[in-house]
Amino acid sequence: MVATQAASASPAPHSPPATTKVSARKVNLWYGEKQALFDVELDVYENEVTAFIGPSGCGKSTFLRCLNRMNDTIAICRIQGDIRLDGQDIYDKGIDVVQLRARVGMVFQKPNPFPKSIYDNVAYGPRIHGLAANKAELDEIVETSLRGAALWNEVADRLDQPGLGLSGGQQQRLCIARAIAVSPEVILMDEPCSALDPIATAHVEELIEELRDRYTIIIVTHNMQQAARVSQRTAFFHLGKLIELSPTDRIFTSPEHQMTQDYITGRFG
Amino acid sequence: MIDAEDFPGTRGVDPNWATSDAAQARLRRRRAADRRLWALGIGAVAIAMGLLLILLGSIVTASWTAWTQTSIRLDVTIPADKVNPEDPFRARYGSFVDQSLADLFPLIDTPAGERELRSMVSNGSQFFVRDAVVADPALIGRTFSIWVPAADPIDQLHKGVIDRDLPANRRNVNDAQIDIYDQLVDEGRLQSTFNWTLFTAADSRFPELAGLQGALWGSFYLLLVCFLISFPTGIAAAIYLEEFAPKNRFTDIIEVNINNLAAVPSIVFGLLGLAVFLQVFGLPRSAPLVGGMVLSLMTLPTIIIATRAALKQVPPSIREAALGIGASRLQTVTHHVLPLAMPGILTGTIIGLAQALGEAAPLLLIGMNAFITAAPDSMLSPSTALPTQIFIWFDSPERGFVARTSAAILVLLGFLVVMNATAVFLRQRFQIKW
Amino acid sequence: MSQTFIIPFLLLLAAIGYWLGRQRALALHDGTASGGLATLPQYYGYYVALIAGLPAFVLFIAGLLFQGSIIDSLLLGSLPSEMTTDITSAERNLLLSSIRNAAQGTTFGTPEPAILAAAESLNTYRLIVNGAVVALVMALAIAGLTWARGRIAPKFRARHRVEAIIFGLMVLCSLIAILTTLGILVSLVFESLRFFARVPVTEFLFGTKWDPQIAIRADQVGGSGAFGAVPIFWGTIVVSLCAMCVAVPVGLLAAIYTAEYATPLAWGTIKPILEVLAGIPTIVYGFFAVITVSPFLRDLAASLGIEMAPTAAIVAGGVMGIMLIPFISSFADDALNAVPRSLRDGAAALGATKSETIRQVLLPAALPGIMGGVLLALSRAIGETMIVVMAAGLTANLTLNPLEGVTTTTVQIVALLTGDTEFDSPKTLAAFGLGLVLFTATLLLNILALGIVKKYREQYD
Ligand SMILES: Nc1ncnc2c1ncn2[C@@H]1O[C@H](COP(=O)(O)OP(=O)(O)O)[C@@H](O)[C@H]1O
Ligand SMILES: [Mg+2]
Repeated sequence: MVATQAASASPAPHSPPATTKVSARKVNLWYGEKQALFDVELDVYENEVTAFIGPSGCGKSTFLRCLNRMNDTIAICRIQGDIRLDGQDIYDKGIDVVQLRARVGMVFQKPNPFPKSIYDNVAYGPRIHGLAANKAELDEIVETSLRGAALWNEVADRLDQPGLGLSGGQQQRLCIARAIAVSPEVILMDEPCSALDPIATAHVEELIEELRDRYTIIIVTHNMQQAARVSQRTAFFHLGKLIELSPTDRIFTSPEHQMTQDYITGRFG
Repeated sequence: MIDAEDFPGTRGVDPNWATSDAAQARLRRRRAADRRLWALGIGAVAIAMGLLLILLGSIVTASWTAWTQTSIRLDVTIPADKVNPEDPFRARYGSFVDQSLADLFPLIDTPAGERELRSMVSNGSQFFVRDAVVADPALIGRTFSIWVPAADPIDQLHKGVIDRDLPANRRNVNDAQIDIYDQLVDEGRLQSTFNWTLFTAADSRFPELAGLQGALWGSFYLLLVCFLISFPTGIAAAIYLEEFAPKNRFTDIIEVNINNLAAVPSIVFGLLGLAVFLQVFGLPRSAPLVGGMVLSLMTLPTIIIATRAALKQVPPSIREAALGIGASRLQTVTHHVLPLAMPGILTGTIIGLAQALGEAAPLLLIGMNAFITAAPDSMLSPSTALPTQIFIWFDSPERGFVARTSAAILVLLGFLVVMNATAVFLRQRFQIKW
Repeated sequence: MSQTFIIPFLLLLAAIGYWLGRQRALALHDGTASGGLATLPQYYGYYVALIAGLPAFVLFIAGLLFQGSIIDSLLLGSLPSEMTTDITSAERNLLLSSIRNAAQGTTFGTPEPAILAAAESLNTYRLIVNGAVVALVMALAIAGLTWARGRIAPKFRARHRVEAIIFGLMVLCSLIAILTTLGILVSLVFESLRFFARVPVTEFLFGTKWDPQIAIRADQVGGSGAFGAVPIFWGTIVVSLCAMCVAVPVGLLAAIYTAEYATPLAWGTIKPILEVLAGIPTIVYGFFAVITVSPFLRDLAASLGIEMAPTAAIVAGGVMGIMLIPFISSFADDALNAVPRSLRDGAAALGATKSETIRQVLLPAALPGIMGGVLLALSRAIGETMIVVMAAGLTANLTLNPLEGVTTTTVQIVALLTGDTEFDSPKTLAAFGLGLVLFTATLLLNILALGIVKKYREQYD
């Protein structure tokens, strides 16, 4: 399967691993009376970074939040359609959202560390899910997660300090460490760099590149260069509709749709 | 338990840990904990609601017998030689009442028996007869029927509060009284009617004659004084603090001080009233004026805080627009900001006044729990108020006051409901959402 | 009060002043757009009205407040000097009230002739003093009116004057709060000092025997051992703790439910019910404690074979706790709602259940706000009066057992100050000592609590 995909694809920088991790079919979503998503259909492949781009208000975040059912927390939100994780309908009655969210982690636009110590922030997920049998194991998970989030060297000597005392970029990486500490399968990132300065942004982008080996990543971004830098495939949304989903190098050079072209070249958005 | 092997953590993350059996089992336990907290929350709400129901229920039940009053029909003869038609007010009406009772029961002629007879009707019966005669002097020299209130024990007996089947030493009506009572019932001389006295009379030592009129007037005067003082002062202070005051240490102190004042125990205001208004200024005890002044000091912080909140709600653009066309700051506030904030201010004021209406503690200290049998005719004449009247009745030993205390509480709660409903109405109807 | 007619009179005069001032300004009008006037004509009217009404009103209030004491000193002055020299203020009050009683014709026995004479002149004095106040107020009002009207000229900036006066009034009004606090503090401290002159502070604060009745007898004034307030403070603490034991768990859990679990519909029904609970006057709770809670708990205890006093701390405390449930739950609800949504989302995205989010993220984050509410509730419990006056006992009892009767600070204050007590006895002064302790304790709690709450609000604003 992988072979046929690779063979049929035109020269690609990455060999595309074509196992479908998440698939969405005919997703429609309403906030009260207002429809925010229209018949969205897409597949996300395992161990790939998929970027969502589009003008603001087009439903990128909304769609992203469908994938770990964060929209359940919004009372007026109503959703229709079919979203599958590893072929399993995540809106099925038998699915426990707590378990789903342990498998599909999320990093938010604004860093939101808990008002606890750095250590407790990272250890929170493993603690509630019972991932460590003892303190030593928990220490180990915290350390690996912080290393994984490229934050270890900066905070190793002050793990007991409050997470809110870190800089914005460090806070965001702390949130990433917090997300990966529960070993999710998919990580959703909603504009994770929009509140960060360029240096912190570069840190996080490097991190995403490294995390790709182990996780499936979906990132919403406003920044076209960022999408080009970190993602393998890019989806373009407009007014609640998915306009096109193509390999990133293709979407930035020869998009299929005129609208995508207009957006990328800055004619609107 | 979850084994370290199930979740190797850093020793190579098991990508499927979340769907493992161990995780499922753990999830079930976590879900159970979740439901427990939910159940505790529901339980707490249910307790609060249940307590409210029990409270209201027990007061309504206890008040039940206060809404009616038993009265006894007497055939009173007014001897023409004993009453001066020029001055019918002065005559010994008590003896006429006693005589009418004696006529009803010719067989009772011992002094003790006569005492039982007299104890059947209220001590105030003579005044009912007197008032009838004063209203219609033509009754002098005639015999006429009149309903007079039954004495409290008989009233309680008639309502079943006193159990006639108890041994005589455990009920406060004796066998002789019960015999008389039974006879009166057989003759159809007893009736139960709505207890208007509760609203038309002032306080009395006798439950069957006691009413809330004095307390209602007292509370009216209290709230009037309280409103007249705290409403304008509160608004003026709030306008100054919100619209004009520079942000400096001094205004900070005022602000902290106002917030603290709102949390000072009410009885401390009573001590202030006693020491300053009564001692230093020598104002009279038990006067609604003093009570109103004390309550206004308590209400003031509430009104200031509510007014400031209402002023904050008015968007700055309104002020800028008015200042922009050359209005002075005071004009801006009085012409534009204040009218827009008025619904919020009134809501806060009514809520503050409702609190003041239910407040008893400071009034006790300035003597508004005195025994006063007439409604106040001015702000300086001695008076009680609704909550203090409740306290007086609560403190009285007579059986009939238990139900009357509950009834008085319901009257007080009725006023509070009306006031709070008005506040809610004002808020819903007139408040502008910016 | 015969002088109340002054108020309509002043209002009328102010209205006339307004009209006169405005007329005068209009008369000066030179026909140009601005009329050659510095401000609009009605401001001249307001100016005259304010100058005519305001000082006179202030004088009137002062007159009302002080005429009583003026009449008193006139009365005492009219008595033979041997009756009034070297008397205590209690005797002075007795003298005055006997004069008043004599004037009203309600006398017991035959009063001394000097008293009767003074009673005769009481009405004259009243007439004179009242008349003087009325005359002065009227004169001041009319003088103000004429003076202000005379100042009206085209260049006269009436609006500035009017605004300055109103501004001054507003500043004055905002000072009332400070004055009230000062008044409380000064009167409590002053009376307490008089109390401590007779009973040592140390004995009051640390003594363990409270029996104020003893000191009434003249030979035992300031008698030792009767004014040790420790059992009272102790009782206050026991009752307050009982209250907190009921209010904190129930209030907090109810807040967790309303803030985090309730659907909008449930929220819409629960909130108003809690507000109703908060709006019930405490006297109603007190009555509830006595007629329902106390018998119920006593039967319950009896059926368990435990003895319980009818005025047990647990009755007053428990009912006070019910009263404080809405207080705590509304503070906790606010505090939980103030926790930003992003923290909830962060926890949910990690796969935390609702209860884990609440217990481990929201409650710790909201803790300062909740603590502030709990402290304010405690301060309320300490200062609550009617419930304990009705449901707690009068005898001081140094016990930790909530089933025994205790008394509290507020009960003692009410007990010491109601009924006919002389103002100068240590017994009444002791109430102010207790009041001072109560005020200080609640003030400290309030400052602490409000400080915490304010800090907490700033954290998330
Ligand atoms: N909680 C919400 N309630 C109501 N409408 C919402 C909510 N969140 C988003 N929307 C609406 O849904 C649309 C899509 O929003 P969003 O997904 O946040 O856009 P994007 O992330 O692409 O900028 C917008 O029109 C927005 O106004
Ligand atoms: Mg977005």
